[in-house]
Amino acid sequence: MSVAQPFPHDAAKLHVTGEARYVDDIPRPANTLHLAFGMSSVAHGKITGIDLQQVRMAPGVIAVLTAGDLPFTNDVSPSPSPEPLLAEDRVFFVGQPIFLVVAESHQAARHAARLADITYENLPALLTIDDALKVNSRFEDGPRVYERGNVRSSLNNAQKTISGTIDIGGQEHFYLEGQAAFALPQEGGDMVVHSSSQHPTEIQHKVADAIGMPMNAVRCEVRRMGGGFGGKESQGNALAVSCAIAAQLTGRPCVIRYDRDDDFVITGKRHDFRIEYDVAFDDNGRLLAVDFRQYVRCGWSMDLSLPVADRAMLHADNAYFVPNLRVESHRLKTHTQSATAFRGFGGPQGMVGIERVIDHVAHAVGRDPLDIRRLNYYRSEISGPSGNGYSDDAKYEFQTTHYGQRVEDFVLHEMTECLVDTSDYTNRKSRIAEWNASQHILKKGLALTPVKFGISFTLTHLNQAGALVHVYQDGSIHMNHGGTEMGQGLFQKVAQVAAARFGVSLDRVKITATDTGKVPNTSATAASSGSDLNGMAVKAACDTIRNRLADFVAERAQADPRSVVFEDGHVSVGTERIPFELVVKDAYMARVSLSATGFYKTPKLEWDRIRGTGRPFYYFAYGVAATEVVIDTLTGENRILRADILHDCGASLNPALDVGQIEGGYVQGAGWLTMEELNWDDTGKLRTHAPSTYKIPACSDRPSVFNVTLWDGANQEETIYRSKAVGEPPLMLGISALLALSDAIASTGATYPSLDAPATPERILMALSRMSP
Amino acid sequence: MVRFSLNGEAVEVDAPLTTTLLDWLRDERRLTGTKEGCNEGDCGACTVMVSDVEDVDGLGPKALNACILFLPQLHGKAVRTVEGVRKPDGSLHPVQEALIENHGSQCGFCTPGFVMSMVVSHLNNRKDHDDVLAGNLCRCTGYKPIVRAAKAAEGRDWPPTWLDDTSSIPEAPPLTYAPESSDELADWYAARPDATLIAGATDVGLWVTKDFRELGEVAFLNRCRDLQRIEYDQNDRVRVGAAVTMQAFLKTADDIHPTYGALVRRYGSEQVRSAATIGGNVANGSPIGDNPPALIAIGAVLHLRKGDERRALPLEDFFLEYGKQDREPGEFVEAITMPRYAPNLRVYKLSKRFDQDISAVCGAFNLTVSDGFVREARIAFGGMAGTPKRATHVEKALTGAEWSEATIRSALPLFGENFTPLSDMRASAEYRLATAQNMLLRTYFERMGTAVDVREVDA
Repeated sequence: MSVAQPFPHDAAKLHVTGEARYVDDIPRPANTLHLAFGMSSVAHGKITGIDLQQVRMAPGVIAVLTAGDLPFTNDVSPSPSPEPLLAEDRVFFVGQPIFLVVAESHQAARHAARLADITYENLPALLTIDDALKVNSRFEDGPRVYERGNVRSSLNNAQKTISGTIDIGGQEHFYLEGQAAFALPQEGGDMVVHSSSQHPTEIQHKVADAIGMPMNAVRCEVRRMGGGFGGKESQGNALAVSCAIAAQLTGRPCVIRYDRDDDFVITGKRHDFRIEYDVAFDDNGRLLAVDFRQYVRCGWSMDLSLPVADRAMLHADNAYFVPNLRVESHRLKTHTQSATAFRGFGGPQGMVGIERVIDHVAHAVGRDPLDIRRLNYYRSEISGPSGNGYSDDAKYEFQTTHYGQRVEDFVLHEMTECLVDTSDYTNRKSRIAEWNASQHILKKGLALTPVKFGISFTLTHLNQAGALVHVYQDGSIHMNHGGTEMGQGLFQKVAQVAAARFGVSLDRVKITATDTGKVPNTSATAASSGSDLNGMAVKAACDTIRNRLADFVAERAQADPRSVVFEDGHVSVGTERIPFELVVKDAYMARVSLSATGFYKTPKLEWDRIRGTGRPFYYFAYGVAATEVVIDTLTGENRILRADILHDCGASLNPALDVGQIEGGYVQGAGWLTMEELNWDDTGKLRTHAPSTYKIPACSDRPSVFNVTLWDGANQEETIYRSKAVGEPPLMLGISALLALSDAIASTGATYPSLDAPATPERILMALSRMSP
Repeated sequence: MVRFSLNGEAVEVDAPLTTTLLDWLRDERRLTGTKEGCNEGDCGACTVMVSDVEDVDGLGPKALNACILFLPQLHGKAVRTVEGVRKPDGSLHPVQEALIENHGSQCGFCTPGFVMSMVVSHLNNRKDHDDVLAGNLCRCTGYKPIVRAAKAAEGRDWPPTWLDDTSSIPEAPPLTYAPESSDELADWYAARPDATLIAGATDVGLWVTKDFRELGEVAFLNRCRDLQRIEYDQNDRVRVGAAVTMQAFLKTADDIHPTYGALVRRYGSEQVRSAATIGGNVANGSPIGDNPPALIAIGAVLHLRKGDERRALPLEDFFLEYGKQDREPGEFVEAITMPRYAPNLRVYKLSKRFDQDISAVCGAFNLTVSDGFVREARIAFGGMAGTPKRATHVEKALTGAEWSEATIRSALPLFGENFTPLSDMRASAEYRLATAQNMLLRTYFERMGTAVDVREVDA
């Protein structure tokens, strides 16, 4: 069967030959126009004058549009709160688009966009978390609070408490393909839009509003993205809408791609956080109460910040049962790029908070952090010797999270035990201590951290998907669904499902571009949900056709349809074994419909985000990682020497693609927490605006020893072939790198290092300088 | 007319001189396999292979970033893009096959660039994949399967005869804006002292792609073969022509001292080093260029030429203040001379990322120690001032002093006398000062046999 096989990415051959088409590679009609934005140079100000004379006169310029020139709505917001495409009378961050240049070439448009003379009356700019807190600049009326138990009284009555703060920097997506869109005007005012977007339906919706047409007049097509990571969930709206408006205005095709610097400056990034914590614990390090304050820098517009901040709250427990847990979340509005979705969607920041707490508590009680982790893990149904020591009677009762969801599938005890064994954690821990004692300048650190990540959109209605499957008379299959391909291998996994349902080989299934004209009303490909949702929708569509075929052959053979078997390219009924394509051909001749839609909605979900109670997640995905690092105590330079990972993908649909997600996710997560640093100057200008100044991990930064294994176990929920989502969870395995660095620093003294992220060489050196002997 | 070979066929191009190869490939030829990832030579998505008629540096065909490669730089050369590397029968190049087999692509956007870097290293029989691939960024895979693929392809179908472009390179008659020798250049530049000289274009390229700067008149130096020579004399000194690329200089740097070689290996990336020249790195006067500190510490001499006039000066004297060098209009860097070996040199580069990152601080220490005393000290830094600069106070304190940790520690406060560094996105002033001091400690400990390099530690 085609599922569970390690097939390469469906487009691998197209990738390596350069044939794979991205938006900017699509052949364009000769009269295509190119767009670029003119941007704000101040963080917060009132526009007092716009002189576009030089822009209009620049070579190749066809038109220049400002907010007043837009024919319909000036809105590209993905949230209920409006977000203008072009600034009206005020600007809210350095880089905010103010006008749109339409020109004969990409270079002409970019060049002209710099020639404007715009004057501003500067207004006070809120750039930092502190700036925003000072004047109470926030989204929603006040902080959102989820609480279980009574945290305040637990803290007040506890014998042992600690408090601390961790700053966690943001992260630029750095998808290799920058944002891009291409609009082709059609007859009757219709519009076809190619967009590098994780959310074609939203592109369709925003474009329709912007050109004053119903959604049925707009078709959005996405064959693939050159990386997304959440950065193309909402940030493509402005580009697609601009192209459509300019195309409507000029009657000519319009294309835009951001230069990399513009992409950095205009688009949102991962939210940076400050997390404060107060913790009560017992002598052994068992958590009694934790009070978190999460300060979230959201930037200038709402975008997706509310659900991002919600997810951070929902992951403030990570893998640990905290009897009294309170999370207070402040969604702060600043005059910076609007922070947006990024792989993990707030979950990683929430998780860093509790992992820091565990590490800090371990330091306070003088025990190995791993012991404290295992001590505080949620109870699992089968708590073996590695369990957290609850009595036998208690062991079949599920514990619940702070938001009231029962943790029914907790496998981290077993996974941790397995990784401790395979990574030789205990021996290495003592060898490292010996090595550190013998070294004057260099110090090693080792940390093992778990991941428990909730799978489902927390906005419950988004947990739905559609598919469209055709079987043609020659037996070839055309598959389409609402998910988008950004490199994660979704299309291949879902094609494997389709091939498995029909019992045919994978090459019979044609993978086709995501298209709002084929499958409508789709959700963003986000929240790791791609294969869970679309795999099930495609399965449903395939099964509809398969059942029709089964009925057809069964009736012909006077057999029970349930006895019909589809496998190895054949359909078997009774003793008959007929090639699939022959059955299809006969069915066509017998006027059997060979096309079907499929639909899926995730069961069991029930969530009240205001009260913070219910079951937001269908299930949890788990992982554990052990990372060893070395630091230079003279400079803070560091290396990841080894990473061992055990990750839970349920019954993997494609182990090769899943391992790819895990390796890539780990390196991206470690990059976020170590070398990737965003830096704004005190006027709000992003100084790390290109790969020259913003450093993502390069080839030699991957761990030189890098062992990744899949945890062999089926999802206990009825997901597609019992697999689990894998897009986001592995990113958080990178937290082990941050804590390994902290461990190395801790070896130099008695103080708790309180290392902030990203742990650049500079932050490491500063933490070292705070260590007391 | 610029003439070169593209994927085995001669082409002739008439385009503005600062047209980049990338724009021309994508916009004019609609060869869209070569991708634009950053438009500044930092991501490698636009990597192409460029071969020369003559293998001047003996290093074989080069992987270069097409986004900061101007068309005239290709005159008389051969270019291969991802569309032009399959075998004659249409089957895939071994690195393409290996990438598929090893799951080396996810989103696929960086893949053509990786393919081209790997095609070049496969052709040149290189096995140092981490160095070769340092200039190709991938955001999806975490690199492991890509390196696995590079290893798997080693020696497969080697040599790749189908990529031999020597017969397809067209005749390349001299161009008025590309002198053929340093003499021609001297005349040309003396007559046009306001012109811009373009060597590797790894810096000037960005003036065009990012700043839209009008360059005025330009000359391309890559045809001046005599500027690309490395010559040794009897006195164990080396004369390095200004247009020697950093990749070609690597071996010389390794000979001077392994820590200098290690620094050069981290200079830009394979693609950048294969274009960037040592003369350009010095002439542009950047306070964070990576060669000047080492060269100053070993007492390198800069050779300048204007017309027929030549002069030589200690390198440190060339850097007057931020953005200002001791160079007259029409005068150019012809060569740098330096000792062939500098066993007492130690060079340290500090940046957020090891490979392909600009230094926050770059320190070079050339300390002569004998009989337990420091006899001579030359210490120079990049990133600590508006120019590359010597730590004269520290040098003075060390010279003649006992070679001991106490001496080193007592000299540390003197860094503050020499330097008041800036804070920027790479590092704070405090960090720069602290690590400059600590680099001196590192030199001491390293020479005393203590392990100081995180890159030499295994799990």
